[in-house]
Amino acid sequence: MFNLFFMDLGRKVLSFMYFLGGLASLTGQTAYQTFKPPYKYDHIIEQSKKAGYDSLPIVSVVALFIGFIFALQFGYFMQRIGSEMYIASLVALAIVRELGPVITALIVAGRVGAANTAELGSMQVTEQIDALETLATNPVKYLVVPRFVALGFMLPLLTLYANLVGIAGSYLICVFKLGITSSMYRNMTFSALLHKDLFTGLFKAWIFGMVIALVSCYEGFNVEGGAVGVGRATTRSVVFSFLMILAADCIITALFYFIFP
Amino acid sequence: MIEIQNLSKKFNNNLVLDGLSLDVATGQTCVIIGRSGCGKSVLLKTIVGLLKPDAGRVLVEGKEVGKLQELELVALRSKISMVFQGGALFDSMDVTENVGFSLLEHTHLNRKEILGRVEESLSLVGLGGIGNLMPSELSGGMKKRVALARAICIRPEIILYDEPTTGVDPITGDSINELIRSLHDKLQVTSVVVTHDMKSAYHIADKIAMMYKGKIILEGAPDEIQKTQDPVVHQFINGLSKGPITEIVDTFK
Repeated sequence: MFNLFFMDLGRKVLSFMYFLGGLASLTGQTAYQTFKPPYKYDHIIEQSKKAGYDSLPIVSVVALFIGFIFALQFGYFMQRIGSEMYIASLVALAIVRELGPVITALIVAGRVGAANTAELGSMQVTEQIDALETLATNPVKYLVVPRFVALGFMLPLLTLYANLVGIAGSYLICVFKLGITSSMYRNMTFSALLHKDLFTGLFKAWIFGMVIALVSCYEGFNVEGGAVGVGRATTRSVVFSFLMILAADCIITALFYFIFP
Repeated sequence: MIEIQNLSKKFNNNLVLDGLSLDVATGQTCVIIGRSGCGKSVLLKTIVGLLKPDAGRVLVEGKEVGKLQELELVALRSKISMVFQGGALFDSMDVTENVGFSLLEHTHLNRKEILGRVEESLSLVGLGGIGNLMPSELSGGMKKRVALARAICIRPEIILYDEPTTGVDPITGDSINELIRSLHDKLQVTSVVVTHDMKSAYHIADKIAMMYKGKIILEGAPDEIQKTQDPVVHQFINGLSKGPITEIVDTFK
């Protein structure tokens, strides 16, 4: 019984190490191919549209709800201690530093990352990636680099947009339900936010975008076993992306907290 | 010329290629026959450099494929085409983009010249005028022929075919055989064809090689293969259910 448990544990640890090794190798190849001409601008634009523009509706809805929820939750406590005026500052800081980048990244990992893995996985099982190679085309250059650049570029922009929508949602609740004046809300929001806060959030979003692209493409390239394998890889892609986004968030937050307090 | 020397390839504990050796002369059509899962497709993928051998080497035009640098491999692959078993057409592109992919990516030909070459290749496989269709709108046989058009569009010196006639109707199969034969006769293209279809093999081959247990156990001209007394080859080419190939299975029954 114990033997089986440790064997299973050992297999999972080895499998995770193998995943990290493969991901590191793909990261190196992608970084090299990103800077190596020729540059596929049309592919980058196409992927940017898929990752950015097409994600706007879902990001809008989620960010608006987050704004509503946080205004109400902070309002519940702040009203008890008579400090409603600080709701705007708290919401702005929470969204810009943390919720904006993380929630946007989780949405994009679930929507775009899963689609990347499913698409590349289907290409893998139908030998389209092998066909690319035999046609003298590097699959990393052709398939990974446009997604890597597009997500690295679009996630900070989507985060910026999610920040604005989230703050607008909180504004609606505070002004129309909690009795805070519009000018007070704006003043408290802008006085609380520093350039550093915005930069921290956007830096995180840039890292999350690259993590999503690399994890989703790695899982897509390593699909085995037909349609079942594509489904399994898509699940793994979303789960590992979530884990790595939160791990990266933890590290970056700690880094900024201790190095640039 | 393709020279395969003592090639070995293992997946997990399964030895798929076990010291396999084979030479294919320039302009020759070599057909490789063997049971499903015996490693024929692995051999093709090793020739084109998609898989790296565990031991042995593949030389194409005197260059060892496994040791080529990226740019040398790109140069080599611009001379080799491969027709995959399922076609491996790119789902997101229409037929014209699929067939003209290499020209678009790796040449400086203008759009008009590329479209001309694409239409010429499609006409050669009997599919002129379907350039606007997507792969999902094609039948299995049409996909194979489009894949063939993609392979010949770059005017390669070597073409590797992975079961080109499997899953197509007999008439389409025969037209694919005729096309392989005419590429050989007119353009002196070197071809390596993996197939189970013995009728096709006799029709197109200059040489037939039988693969069994990771090795080439017999090679020769089609009439030599037909007359062979080797029990393994005899069982395979005549499609007999009883014989040395299946006796291990029978033992377990």
